[in-house]
Parts: sequence; structure tokens; C-alpha cells
Amino acid sequence: MEKIKSFQGLILALQDYWAKQGCLILQPYDMEMGAGTFNPATTLRTLGPRDWKVAYVQPSRRPTDGRYGENPNRLQMHHQFQVIVKPSPDNSQDLYLNSLLAIGIDPMKHDLRFVEDDWESPTLGAWGLGWEVWCDGMEISQYTYFQQVGGLDCAPVSLELTYGLERLAMYVLDIDNVYDLPYNDDGYKYGEVFLKNEQQMSAYNFEFADTDQLFQQFTFAENSCKFLLDKKLALPAYEQCMKASHTFNLLDSRGVISVLERQGYIAKVRTLAKGCCEVWSENIAA
Amino acid sequence: MSDLLIELLSEEIPARMQVAAEENFARLVTDRLKSNGIAFEKCEACSTPRRIALHITGIPSAREDVTEELKGPATTAPEQAIAGFLKKAGVASVNDLTKRDVKGTDYYFFESVKKGGATIDVLGALIAEAIANMPWPKSMRWGHSTVRWVRPLHGIIALFDGKVVNGLFELGADKSIAFGNTTKGHRFMSDGKSFEVSSFEDYRAKLLAAKVILDRATRKQKIWSDVQETAKAAGFTALEDEKLLEEVVGLVEWPVPFMGSFEDHFLEIPAEVITTSMRENQRYFSVLDKNGKLTNRFITLANVQPTDDGKTIIYGNEKVLRARLSDARFFWDQDLKQKLESYAPRLEQIRFHEKLGMMSEKAKRLEFLAGTIAGLIGADVKAAERAGKLAKADLVTGMVREFPELQGIMGGYYAARSGEGETVAAAISTHYSPLGPNDKCPTAPVSVALALADKLDTIVGFFSIGEKPTGSKDPFALRRAALGVIRLLLENKIALELSDLLKASADLYGVKVPDDLESFILDRFKVMMKGEGHPHNIIEAVSGTSLLDMKTRIVQLGAFLETDKGQDFVAAAKRAINILETEEKKEKLSLKDQVSELSLVAPEEKDLYSALVSISPKFDSHIKKGEYEGAMMCLADVRDKVDLFFDKVVVNDNNPDIRANRLAMLSKIRLFVGRIADFSRL
Repeated sequence: MEKIKSFQGLILALQDYWAKQGCLILQPYDMEMGAGTFNPATTLRTLGPRDWKVAYVQPSRRPTDGRYGENPNRLQMHHQFQVIVKPSPDNSQDLYLNSLLAIGIDPMKHDLRFVEDDWESPTLGAWGLGWEVWCDGMEISQYTYFQQVGGLDCAPVSLELTYGLERLAMYVLDIDNVYDLPYNDDGYKYGEVFLKNEQQMSAYNFEFADTDQLFQQFTFAENSCKFLLDKKLALPAYEQCMKASHTFNLLDSRGVISVLERQGYIAKVRTLAKGCCEVWSENIAA
Repeated sequence: MSDLLIELLSEEIPARMQVAAEENFARLVTDRLKSNGIAFEKCEACSTPRRIALHITGIPSAREDVTEELKGPATTAPEQAIAGFLKKAGVASVNDLTKRDVKGTDYYFFESVKKGGATIDVLGALIAEAIANMPWPKSMRWGHSTVRWVRPLHGIIALFDGKVVNGLFELGADKSIAFGNTTKGHRFMSDGKSFEVSSFEDYRAKLLAAKVILDRATRKQKIWSDVQETAKAAGFTALEDEKLLEEVVGLVEWPVPFMGSFEDHFLEIPAEVITTSMRENQRYFSVLDKNGKLTNRFITLANVQPTDDGKTIIYGNEKVLRARLSDARFFWDQDLKQKLESYAPRLEQIRFHEKLGMMSEKAKRLEFLAGTIAGLIGADVKAAERAGKLAKADLVTGMVREFPELQGIMGGYYAARSGEGETVAAAISTHYSPLGPNDKCPTAPVSVALALADKLDTIVGFFSIGEKPTGSKDPFALRRAALGVIRLLLENKIALELSDLLKASADLYGVKVPDDLESFILDRFKVMMKGEGHPHNIIEAVSGTSLLDMKTRIVQLGAFLETDKGQDFVAAAKRAINILETEEKKEKLSLKDQVSELSLVAPEEKDLYSALVSISPKFDSHIKKGEYEGAMMCLADVRDKVDLFFDKVVVNDNNPDIRANRLAMLSKIRLFVGRIADFSRL
């Protein structure tokens, strides 16, 4: 058990651990998305019969969570460490607990619990059962057995583990303000890397994103996705689906979507996601 | 006699499902024992977050042979039918069948002997079936499994008299869990290796050694006494919280208490907020000082005895709680920036129910209805209207959106801080009460008016759109609302007529009072009276102008009936009623309602008549004042005269006038008692 000293140290330790468990280490997907689950390495790859073991960091954007860099733990972009193991192994809980050991969380000093938490993503038409994992009363991971994605049964079932990296790092390193997190071992702070980004992106998300254009972009992405689905191109179609989803999130944070419209937009994205999952299933069966 | 031990070892089962899981598994297994003709004495069920265990004792180790009989066609039936039966029975000729007479006709019977054999031989299939049939609120697949269970299942112990039951549980096409005799202990505090067990006692003892307290009741007791001890050691007491305790029991196999604290300034937030946040988000127990005031301490139950005496655990939990309370403090400060009234317009965006409109409309109705009721019970109408108007405004505040269970309570705090006055604030604060049989009922008049109005509006609204409770389904908690109405009326001695209240509420929706609504509430009233121990026949015998009046009658009639005097009187009254009913049926005669004094002949009937006349004014006055016991005592005083009348006077006199007059006398008695209750139902 090695002591973690920095944000990147935490990422490296998790990558190293999961690589040793046979996971492919992917690089972050180069598009905006709300969570690591949206990455096609999760959404699409948890469908179909083939084994799949990956781990990756995914920058995750939630425009409405932005606080102009003024809140110690709210960010419009944070990082998730995502692990998918398909099929879910019998010793999945042991694998997970050992990953905590690898980042310095000793189960004989901490109080670790698996607390019921069922996961559902209305936009992805996905759900699963599992827990949130508590460490001394704090949620440090999301632990899910995927049952359905895009309305399709996952067979076999995948194990999904999501670690919220900033929150976990703050916990392991005992830091109260995210911007004070040591980014590396040489004195670089998280704030030096991301504070400007939070300030400027918050301004964009809340004040300056061009809503007319965003509405057009949403329609454009929706149409492109449908067009590509007709061509049976699940992967590019899914990129358009992710675009539509993120565009919706931006519109939401600009406050131009009413409560009633909200459901309609979510349903639209879900329809796209379902289409992508269906075409993907056809792709891999062919 | 033998015993059976079963353990299902699983990944963490949600706390809220464990008790039902114990019960369901016990039922599924014992039902199957019964249907297989296997007797047992006792079935004990245990559970922890990771396991469900059953211990069933007093099972015979072998089953007796069971003779089964199959009835065939009559011996005279067509050959085809007989051939068909032979085939079904699996024998070649009628010589293998027996004949027996059934109601005059000879029938063929086939007798087969089911060999009993060893009990253990049938247990395997039976247990596997019980596991597969476990009903879970939500279930899942895992890995390549095709079966669904609550979480991945890892091991199954099935021991009959110490011997492993031969059997397995299929997970999918090529995977199964074979029954065995091994399990695992605490996830962190044991060595993590599987160990063998030989009996239930051995199992329980080895689990304890491996830091697992198997029994829920034992865990519960330990947790609560640990919590109390921990609080006491710091000079405080712990706040009792049964629901929280029950949940914690389902979260830990080896409970260890730790006390932490938070910064004093958080105590400026209402205590309910802190307690709720600690309970709902963190599963912490609250700690009170000698005066019952919330302190800056909390108690958490860890699932581990840590190697550093809990330093890390306490530090971590304090840090998490600090963040939670900072959030709560933020909402509190934020919400207080505006007056409660200014939140009300936003109720236009919150739905009460799809078919019942928005919360803003409900608030309007509450304003009127609370005012109306206040007027009827002599409470401050203006205050009730104001409280009704603002009652729902807290639904749009940050705090209530974060902690919905604080609705009402927060409204009360915010009202007080907005200068609404104590009466209004108190009424808002308690307007959801009583929430259950153990919850306090508001008593301040304005609070009562608003609490009544809120519940009536809900019940009337949902009944008017056909959303009534059915069987175990009551998604809008209408039964609870009805009980609330009943308790508010009874405990505050409010004699308003139910139908008037319902009409006042229905008028505000612009609908008629739904047909079955009054009887729905009356049914709840009767259930409640029964629950309080009043006899069924008395409850059914009374009716009254208000629920309060009905209850008064039930109580006083019950007390009266417990005296000898009462019993005797009821017997006499019932005799009178019976005679009347028989005669009425016989001749369909319309009775005279007036006794003609001149037609009285026998001295006993003259006596009775004058006695009845003389008690009449006193009786009336008792009834008017709702003093039913007094009224009944008046009647009981003339009971000997009634008896004498029955002894000495023949009702069915040959002279039709005399007879009619005597029946009229009985009718008079029936009229008297009928003003108290329907004595024929007693």
C-alpha cells in the first residue's frame, strides 16, 4: 500500500491497479459528456456477448454544477475514473476493495459500507442495481451491475465502477478545497490547472452560450444521428447523440428549458440512444 | 427428530429488504415442507446484510409411506373410459385396481404407495425452489446468470442433521451453486477464508468468532445499548429513533459505536434539520443534553473495530457531516432571505396531482376551508385563513426540496421568522399531523382547523377523481389522512358532522361529495374503535350526529353493558324489540305510536306506562346533553316494571285494541332505546 500524494498519483495508482487486473487502459473520449457512462466504451460495449474489460478517466461536464471556481467542491467539469468488467466476475467486490487498498484506504482503519443505490439514466434508457460505497460516511464510488442499456438487456451483465476522482482525492489527501489539491508531487495545485477553466466555462455555460445556436445544434445533432442510424453507422450516430445530450445540458444551464419541455428533450435523447444501441447490436451480430 | 440449517450468502442485501426476506424465505421453505408432508416444530430466521439463515427443528428424518388413491370411472363405464384409466394409472388390467361402492355405484380405484424414504432426499429440490422463488422488490442478473436475485448469491449452506443436503441452485446454462457446509465471516475482521460448520449452534458460534452477530434482535439490542452507553459516557442521552435503529441493524454485521462532534454554530439551524440530515444522509443518531436539547454530537455505528481506536473513522465522518451541515446552513440562510409569503406564487409551478391541478390551487382551497372550519369551532378565522394560504409555501424553499420530510416544519420556522405570529406559524408547522398512530395530534384551535382542512381536501380531491385505496394499495395515503381527520375530531372533542365537513371541502372543488367517501371514513372510524378494544356489536349498534357523538355512545354504552344492571336492561329491551319484530312480520300491521292511557287494563301495564312517562323529561335532557349513560340509567330504573309487564301481562290479548295498545307500549320502549343505539344488534 503506497501513500497517494497527488491527484495524478491517484489516477496513476488506479490505472496501474486495473491494468494489472487485465483491463485495457483507454484514453478519455474526445467529446463533451456528462459522465463516464456516456462514453461508448461503456454505453455500447456493455451490449453484446463479448468480454470487455476497460478502465479510463473521463472528464465529465455538468454545466449546471459550475460555480465560477468559488465553491470548494462543485465543478462544471470533474473527472471520473470508470471501470467496466464484462462479464461481472464472482470476486468483483474483492477486486473493488483491493483497488481501495491500492490507493491507501485501509479497511481496518476506515468504515466501508455497501449502501443500496439503484442506478438509472433516463437519457440512456439504462439501469442497474448496486450500491454507493461509503467510506466513513462519504460516498466514494458508484458500484453497478448493468441490467439494461438503451432499453436492451445486458447479457452477460457488466460490472461498472465509477470513482469521482476530485472527491476521492480530497478525501484521501485530506484537502477541503478542490483547488488546493496537489496535482502532482512537485507542488502544482489543481487550481493552477483548472481554476481559470472553471471561471471561464461557468461564464460561458450560464451567461454567454448562444442559445439560438444551441437549439439549432440540438436539432442538427438529432437529425444527423437519425441519418447515420439509417446508414447503420452506430458509432458516428452515437457521437451525435452525445452532442445532442451535451447541448441539452447547456441549454438547461442557460435556463431556457421549461420544466415541461425538459421531459421532452430527455425523451428525444433517449430515443437517439436507444437507436444507437439497437444499431450497434445489429453491427456486432453481423 | 432432526434439524435443517440453510444459509444464503450474498453480496450486501439492501437494509430495507432484509426483514421481509427472512420472512419470505421461511415461508417458502416451510410451505414446501408442509406440501411434501414433512412436519417440523419451529422455524427460526436470521439475517445480516450478507446472509439469510433458517434453522428448522423437529423434522422427522424419514417420511412415512403415503398411500395415494386415484379415483377411476364406474365399473359399468364404457371400455374406452376404463382403458384410459388403466393407462393413466400405468397398470395392465383391472385386476390391479380395486372396486369400491360410492353412493350406490361401484367405481374403480387405483392405489399407489408413495415410498416415504429419507427426508433429506427431497430437501434439495425443495430448497432450490424456495431460493428461486424469493420475491424481491427489485432483482437483477449478474455475470452470465439468467436467474434473478436481489444481488449476486455466493454460497448456500444446506445441512440436515449435520449432513450436507445434496442439491444445487442453478444460476444459468452452465453455472450453479452446489449446497455445502461452508460460509465466510466478517468481510474485514475475519481472515476472509471459508470455514465449515456442523450444526446451527456451531454455525452461530463460528460466525460470532468471525465477527458476525447473526441474530437481528441481538444486533439491535447491542446497537441501542451501545448508542445509549456512548451518549451517557459523555453526559448526554441519545435520541430514540426506531426507524433509524432498524436500518442500522441491516447495515452492519459487527456494530461498533463512535461519537463525533460538529461546530457549535451549526446549532443555529433548527434542530429538526440537523437531526434529519444526520439520519437521512448519514444514518447518525442525534445526541441530547439533560434538557432534551440537541447537542453538537452524533453517534455513528461502524461495521468494524478499527485498529486505530476509530481516530480515522471519527475524523472522516466529522468531515462529511460538516459538509452536509454547511449545505443545510446555506439553504437555511438562503431561504430566510425572503419572507415565506413571497414563495407562495411559485406554487403555481408545483403539481398537487395531474387531475387535481397545482399546489397554488390547493393553497387557495386551504385558505377558505381552514377559515370555514375555524369559524365552526370558534377559532380565529383570520389566522386560519392566513395559515391555509401559506401552508404549502415551504415546498418551494431550498431546504424542503433537499429534505422533503421537513415540509410543514420549515414552513413553521419561516413563518415565525417572517413575522406571521405564533398561531399561524404553529398551525403551518403541524398541519401534516398526525402522520401516524404515534404522532401527536394538533390541539391549538387554528392548528386543528388547518390540519383538518389539509386532510379533508386531499381525501375529497382524490376520491372525486376515483383514486381510492384498494386492498394494500393506498399510494396517496388516504387511509392515514382519514385517520388523521378522525383523531383530530375526537381528540379535540369537535362535534361537527362529517357530512358537513365533506361538503364544505367538495364545494371548493365544485363537485358533489363522492358517494362512498363518508362510509370510507366511517369504516376507518370503526376499525379504530375496534383497535381501541370496543366490542364489535356495540360499534355496529350506534349511529350519531358526529363521530364524537358516536364515540361517546360507544364508550358509555360499553360501560353500561359491563354492569349487571345494564345487562339486565338490554335483555329486557331486546325482549320487547323481538316481540315487536315478530308481530310486525306476522301481520305487517302498522303499529300505533301512541299508547292510549284509557285502554290500559292490567295494573302492571299501568305502572309501566306511568313510569315511562315520568322518566321522559329527564331522559330527553340526558340525550340532548350527550349523557347516554345517564339516559340509560333512567331506563334501567324502570327495568323491574318492564319485567313485571312481561311476567304478568299477555301482549297478544284477544281484544285487538288491548293488544295494539300493549304493542304500542313495547314500541315506546323501542323508541326510547333507539335514541341511544340499535339494541337489536347488541
